[in-house]
Amino acid sequence: MSIQTNSVEIGKSNKRKYLLEKISSKLFLICALLSVISLLLIIGFVFYKGSHPFIVEGYSFIDFIFGTDWVPSEDKFGIFPMIVASILATIGALIIGVPVGLFTAIFLAEIASKRLAKIISPAIQLLAGIPSVLYGVFGLAIIVPFLQNTFGLVKGQSLLAVILVLAIMMLPTIVTVAETAIRAVPNTYREGSLALGVSQIGTIFKVVVPAAKSGIMTAIVLGLGRAIGETMAVILVAGNSLIVPTSLTDSVRPLTTNIALEMGYAAGTHQEMLFATGIVLFSFILILNFVLAKISAKGGN
Amino acid sequence: MSTAVMERSESLVKEENLTVKVQSEMRSKIEKASKIAVKDLNLFYGEKQALYGVSLDIREKEVTALIGPSGCGKSTFLRTLNRMNDLIDGVKITGDIIIDSENIYKNNDVIKLRTKVGMVFQKPNLFPMSIYDNVAYGPRMQGIKNKKELNKIVEESLRGAAIWDEVKDRLKSSALGLSGGQQQRICIARAIAMKPDVILMDEPTSALDPISTLKVEELITNMKKDYTIVIVTHNMQQAARISDKTAFFLNGEVVEFDDTDIIFSTPRDQRTEDYVTGRFG
Amino acid sequence: MRQLKDSVLRGLLWLSVFLSVAVLVMIVGFIFIKGMNLISFEFIFGDYSPTGGGGIWPMIVTTIYTIVISLVIATPIGILAALYLQEYAKQGRLVKVIRFATESLTGIPSIIYGLFGAVFFVTTLKMGMSIIAASLTLTIIVLPVIIRTTEEALKTVPQSYREGSLALGTTKLQTLYKVILPSAMPGILSGIILSIGRIVGESAAIFLTAGTVAALPESLFSSARTLTVHSYLVTQESGDIELAAAVGIVLIVIILGINISATLISKKLNKATNK
Repeated sequence: MSIQTNSVEIGKSNKRKYLLEKISSKLFLICALLSVISLLLIIGFVFYKGSHPFIVEGYSFIDFIFGTDWVPSEDKFGIFPMIVASILATIGALIIGVPVGLFTAIFLAEIASKRLAKIISPAIQLLAGIPSVLYGVFGLAIIVPFLQNTFGLVKGQSLLAVILVLAIMMLPTIVTVAETAIRAVPNTYREGSLALGVSQIGTIFKVVVPAAKSGIMTAIVLGLGRAIGETMAVILVAGNSLIVPTSLTDSVRPLTTNIALEMGYAAGTHQEMLFATGIVLFSFILILNFVLAKISAKGGN
Repeated sequence: MSTAVMERSESLVKEENLTVKVQSEMRSKIEKASKIAVKDLNLFYGEKQALYGVSLDIREKEVTALIGPSGCGKSTFLRTLNRMNDLIDGVKITGDIIIDSENIYKNNDVIKLRTKVGMVFQKPNLFPMSIYDNVAYGPRMQGIKNKKELNKIVEESLRGAAIWDEVKDRLKSSALGLSGGQQQRICIARAIAMKPDVILMDEPTSALDPISTLKVEELITNMKKDYTIVIVTHNMQQAARISDKTAFFLNGEVVEFDDTDIIFSTPRDQRTEDYVTGRFG
Repeated sequence: MRQLKDSVLRGLLWLSVFLSVAVLVMIVGFIFIKGMNLISFEFIFGDYSPTGGGGIWPMIVTTIYTIVISLVIATPIGILAALYLQEYAKQGRLVKVIRFATESLTGIPSIIYGLFGAVFFVTTLKMGMSIIAASLTLTIIVLPVIIRTTEEALKTVPQSYREGSLALGTTKLQTLYKVILPSAMPGILSGIILSIGRIVGESAAIFLTAGTVAALPESLFSSARTLTVHSYLVTQESGDIELAAAVGIVLIVIILGINISATLISKKLNKATNK
């Protein structure tokens, strides 16, 4: 099958076509590889910069993770308060956002009339498209004063405010993805259950929702990803204090906001520590992605 | 070229009774030139073998029908003739297919092969374009740009597919608005537009209603004078009606290959008889 | 007992959808009510003045720049990459690696992209805080979106089109260009439009790579401020909620326009191809 021995038989114009074919497939491959290259560059640069203080400058990574003081001017870099803030904010947002989002999705897919669903679903999708900054502006103008007045706080910017803003923000993602998953459950499941005399609500929660489980999990993980990575909206409502939060009304500084707030003026070790903060955030996301991959692999079976 | 077949027909003459002998002698007088010679063709999908030692001699300007139960390899075999199996990952082929004294798996010019060996598929697969653009698609891709020439090719091809009168007033409208039977004949026109020697048809009427089927069959019979046609069909009456030669495939092997009337009246192999009389399949 | 449980669950379902819709109405309502007063011709097309009362034209221009530049780069690369994955690649390890990378890119938070852009484009490649550095960062952000939507669109093109075309002795390239891509166009376009939404909505990555200069950019190497960053800064620095909301109106109108045009385009193209 060697090309050389037979190339005589290949017509002249076809020869050009084969050459073009070869070149284009290589070009396409290069384009496809660009995403791999980008990912490697991102990981490479962030990890290189972020690991520099620990590998070269002798800072302790344990102190970095568990240290409670972040005072760059005094060479103190501990991000424990931020890790706690990030985790608490994300979990809090999940506790509020997941049930509301999931129930909304169930309602839209199973209970709402076609007409009602046709109005609400696109509206919620639109909500997903609103720039996250605007959620922050809304949070600062409405949620923060509300908390301030309700709980008699000095400052309404707090962990609770972050949780509420993130919960609202993850809502459209969860609703949209979960609704699609629930709608994809074959009708025969519902008919089978209803035919056995199970009520509509019973059918939904006993048959339909379990059948859509992997899609719903994907919805939750995607919502989670959005919450944990959000930056600008969070800065506006978090208060940004460097303390380990002990109550919902404490002012907090999650990992993302730490980077955005100080990147503008940080230099040297300080800047590298911000990259290290990025690595920690990155690790959270990687774990999430891993979980997501596991879930979708399961869903595939 | 067709030593395998010759040998077999010789042994056939020895073994079979007088009537067959006379028939085969008559046949050899009117036998046409060989167009496609397949020798000991094996095909594998990965580990799985789908064709076992297929040898056939397909003659010029005849209709050769490939019959057999589903999954017997007849479509797979058809697709080796224009190398459409190349599109599937992991397909491996051994043996030779020689078309006009060129070994198509040794020659790497697939483009040339496919312009010479056209194909009509099970379901009409016209592109979402106008009727005209569909038929002109192949020639255009070969670099024909002259408007007059294209017009001529389109008209000739549509006439050749016996659908010109039905569509001549709406050449610019979408081809997907036509009925299934009309679409299939446009597909045939699209294949004809490339001026091929051979046309492969993969169950071309299986998605059509009986009247459209009849029209397509009639068309195939008429096309015989210009083209070598190889057709896969599930429908045994169809094979009997339109083909000159018939090959019976079973489990990736050719059980019997002979004149159509012999296959359907006095097959040599019991399995062929069981199949054509409808005892299985 | 079961009936009671059913009623409670049903009530919770209604409550949830009420909450979701209420939040939606509140956010959009809040932004429009707060910001509407500021919306005027001068606000949209006027130059910015730091002392207040100016317009947001520089931010609109900057936003448009970032959209155009990142799409001009990401669209061809994304489409070609998707073509490779769907039409050329043999399923194997390489494809798995590329898919994994693309999916991972989707999950990376924008602040990490910002960090990367700041160290790679701004510092290492010496572009400085600039529109070009931000646009290149955005290119990587939207690349997976375009690859994915294009792949999905390619999957919906019937295999019979490919076979029909190739059986006529055309090359893969001709088949792609003449049959496959036109059929996949609605999906590809909706991917591009999705990307516009992502770019318009992005803030953290741009904040770290384009900087915050609130003036009409002189060149692609100027530092500049997009609409979202502007909305953030006026809230954070001067607590000017009204101005932030007014910018929000412009953003929401853009997003709405994008969504509507996406629906219209895909409807129109679907009609054209399926008739």
